[in-house]
Amino acid sequence: MEILELTATALAEQVRSKQLSAVEVARAYLARIAELDPILHAYITVDADGALEAARAIDARLARGEDVGALAGVPIALKDIFVTRGLRTTCGSRILADWVPPYEGMPSARLRAAGAVVLGKANMDEFAMGSSNENSAFGACRNPWDIERVPGGSSGGSAAAVAARLCLGALGTDTGGSIRQPAALCGAVGIKPTYGRVSRYGVIAFASSLDQVGPLARTTEDAAALLEVIAGHDPLDATSLPQPVGRYREACRRGVRGLRIGVPAEYFAAGLDPEIEGAVRAAIDELVGQGAELVEISLPHTKYAIATYYLLCTAEASSNLARYDGVRFGMRAARPQDLGDLYSRTRHDGFGPEVKRRIILGTFALSAGYYDAYYAKGQRVRTLIRQDFSQAFERCDAIVVPTSPITAFKLGERLDDPLQMYLADIYTISCNLAGLPGLSLPCGFSSQGLPIGLQVLGRPLGEEQVFAVAGAYEQAHDWHRRVPEVRR
Amino acid sequence: MPWEVVIGLEVHVQLATQSKLFCACSTQFGAPPNSNVCAVCSGQPGVLPVLNEQAIVLALKLALATGGTIRRRSRFARKNYFYPDLPKGYQISQYDEPLAEHGAVEIWHEGQLRSVRLTRIHLEEDAGKNIHLATGAASLVDLNRAGVPLIEVVSEPDLRAPAEAAEYMRTLRGIVRALGICDGNLEQGSLRCDANISLRPWGQQALGTKVEIKNINSFRFVQKALEYEIERQSELLARGQAIQQETRQWSAEVGRTEAMRSKEEAHDYRYFPEPDLPPVEIDERLIESLRVALPELPLQRRQRLMEEGGLSDYDATELTRETELTDYYHLAVAAGGSPKRVANWMLTELLSRVDDARDVARAPVAPAGMAELLGLVESGKVSGKLAKDIWAKMWTSGGSALKIATDGDLFQQSDSAALEQAVRAVVEAHADRVAAYRAGKTKLMGWFVGQVMQATEGKANPKLVNTLLQQLLDG
Repeated sequence: MEILELTATALAEQVRSKQLSAVEVARAYLARIAELDPILHAYITVDADGALEAARAIDARLARGEDVGALAGVPIALKDIFVTRGLRTTCGSRILADWVPPYEGMPSARLRAAGAVVLGKANMDEFAMGSSNENSAFGACRNPWDIERVPGGSSGGSAAAVAARLCLGALGTDTGGSIRQPAALCGAVGIKPTYGRVSRYGVIAFASSLDQVGPLARTTEDAAALLEVIAGHDPLDATSLPQPVGRYREACRRGVRGLRIGVPAEYFAAGLDPEIEGAVRAAIDELVGQGAELVEISLPHTKYAIATYYLLCTAEASSNLARYDGVRFGMRAARPQDLGDLYSRTRHDGFGPEVKRRIILGTFALSAGYYDAYYAKGQRVRTLIRQDFSQAFERCDAIVVPTSPITAFKLGERLDDPLQMYLADIYTISCNLAGLPGLSLPCGFSSQGLPIGLQVLGRPLGEEQVFAVAGAYEQAHDWHRRVPEVRR
Repeated sequence: MPWEVVIGLEVHVQLATQSKLFCACSTQFGAPPNSNVCAVCSGQPGVLPVLNEQAIVLALKLALATGGTIRRRSRFARKNYFYPDLPKGYQISQYDEPLAEHGAVEIWHEGQLRSVRLTRIHLEEDAGKNIHLATGAASLVDLNRAGVPLIEVVSEPDLRAPAEAAEYMRTLRGIVRALGICDGNLEQGSLRCDANISLRPWGQQALGTKVEIKNINSFRFVQKALEYEIERQSELLARGQAIQQETRQWSAEVGRTEAMRSKEEAHDYRYFPEPDLPPVEIDERLIESLRVALPELPLQRRQRLMEEGGLSDYDATELTRETELTDYYHLAVAAGGSPKRVANWMLTELLSRVDDARDVARAPVAPAGMAELLGLVESGKVSGKLAKDIWAKMWTSGGSALKIATDGDLFQQSDSAALEQAVRAVVEAHADRVAAYRAGKTKLMGWFVGQVMQATEGKANPKLVNTLLQQLLDG
């Protein structure tokens, strides 16, 4: 169907010029959701009524000759970590299964203000903890390229929905790769911007110093268009950056001539699927062919990234998740004996195993007597990893590496081995520790027909260079045009 | 007592901001439960704190007024613990990088000036309040206070007696009120303190085992709680028993401290830097502008009152406890009242008529009115006794002292001719007493004076009456 094939920028143009109505678009996507979501389970909540109402409002405003924004009528999915006023927000957890927020978060508010239509809330690993979407309390989402496989996590629902045309764009969050890894596994474009580039107000916190909001889309230009809308300073988020938003869409067409592309040896090590290495190396050749300069760089502290990440993110998570105590909102254990019983039973019943595991790890890492050995040391290593990157970026403008060492794996395959699962984020985590922008885009398919992701990392606030590299590569290929055939 | 008492106080001071520390909710006291609550201060998922910069400014004023060292870069931390009145499961506070350190508070206690060193001043948010229904059926949570800005003023263990601790707290209250950074309403919880107390043998350097008494909200209770603890701990030590390190609370109903929790069950707060707030950077120019604008503090005022007005220690101390009192004093003196008479009248006649010393700012008799009345006394036109009656009338129905005295014919009679008549009448009517007086019972003089005063309805000038009586009786 033609509507479903339009890019976000093209569709918004057609809606604005009234060649298409927002309602028509919403209906087309809702029909596609009705058909395929029972198989993929990319959504936790589909808000058909709300979407149609929003679409009608946009059409009405257009009819009155009002400007409705850059994303007029663009149907989007929000990872269920984004707080939406009046629309249930679960964060993939039983503990928030019935929570209807009293306020609207900033990223979704900015999207709505730009005319985007929210179709619903996308599936995710509980509290964004996971690399496979199997930790969702509402059941796993499936990979549209092979429904026996995972879409990646934790923004797996957003990535699968984008890839399967169950929305045109989506928002995810990325704490250790949760936008880029599922984008790679599902064949979508996903960018984690510089830490602080997008407001976290109304984004349920997992690890505050690492979490960052970003878009998932079918093309780099769509991702850029979404980012231009959601980025920018927010007085409600003290960590949000004051610098003006870049011209990301324009950057996608800038080309790579003269850009220095860094390639770190540490990212092409044991454990990397040879098919992925081949595709990524071919992509680097392509960029060099377009006039980029190849620079060998080194990121020597990469090997400590996963350990550092799991110390810091669990520590912050243990604190961020303390508010789920059954007192003010969300699930509450029935008939508690006393206060301790209220807390322990609410949290015992409300949280899944991975969340509990991380709360316990984080509580330990912060506890008296262990703080210096774990949390404080983790912070010091984080500084070293950051320095690795700042030194590397003295010699290059962007870094190109694989997004994931493996393609989409089978459901249940890694579920019993958390450490093995944690390795799925090995190439994405450093970027969060350093607060850098990182983008993943499709750069090929494996012999099994599974998407392969190419990752582009940039300097702090270097989103424009990242888009320039990604856009240049994308224009030379049509991987992003392939549509998965969802088969039962 | 064979033990030396060592006391340190942690005083929580509620800052007089309009809105909470991390959101725009009102800090107004007495609002209906949970009416000053938003998504941020109730800890809803996804919210973030945004620092109220006014709170920093107010806290800096105290740091400057106490001579503290201000950190150019301080940081907030999370103090993690579970409690129903703590919405986020952690309190945002300052930990290893507080806003200010060192400095001191000078206190005037038992005729001596003492310096109490400060360890630190840091900012933090308040928690809410749990309300347990008497039936035991439920516990309710009111989050109006949650997120209200507090500073914690931590003293070194420099205090040596309960009364000194109470005076320290009073002095601190005077300072924060003079700075305008706290309303000083103890009854509304604007100042609360945790007291740390330990006992040690005289001459020993090392501190004894410390007991913490939590959440005391009055000067009197600080003193009483500490007095109780000294007695309790001395008795234990006398019996050769060890003091247990624990947290206790003062129960005003039974007049003793009671154990809350022992060190073994004490919390591990798992502090770590608050990732949602960037470090607080203090501009040197801000510090300087606040420094030059610092108002006169109670101790300086006290000194000035003693030097300029010749007031006693006691009068000067009492008149500088509340800014409103000092202001009233200055205005009354400026209107012509003599310093000593104004001070005396204020500490007796004025303060006895208000519930709270701060109310003198709104007293029905303005400082100029008092000065006028005292002027009449000074010039002998009105007697001290009648002045009190005039004062009462001014207080209840208004009007100037002169008008009330005129309308009520309350002037002192200083006309010797008229008075002599009255004196003569009394002497003539009591020949027996006159005889007794002349026989040596000179104490009867007072009785004669009283009779004359009664006859003149208190208007006679007592001095003159005395002179006239003496002339008649002795002559």
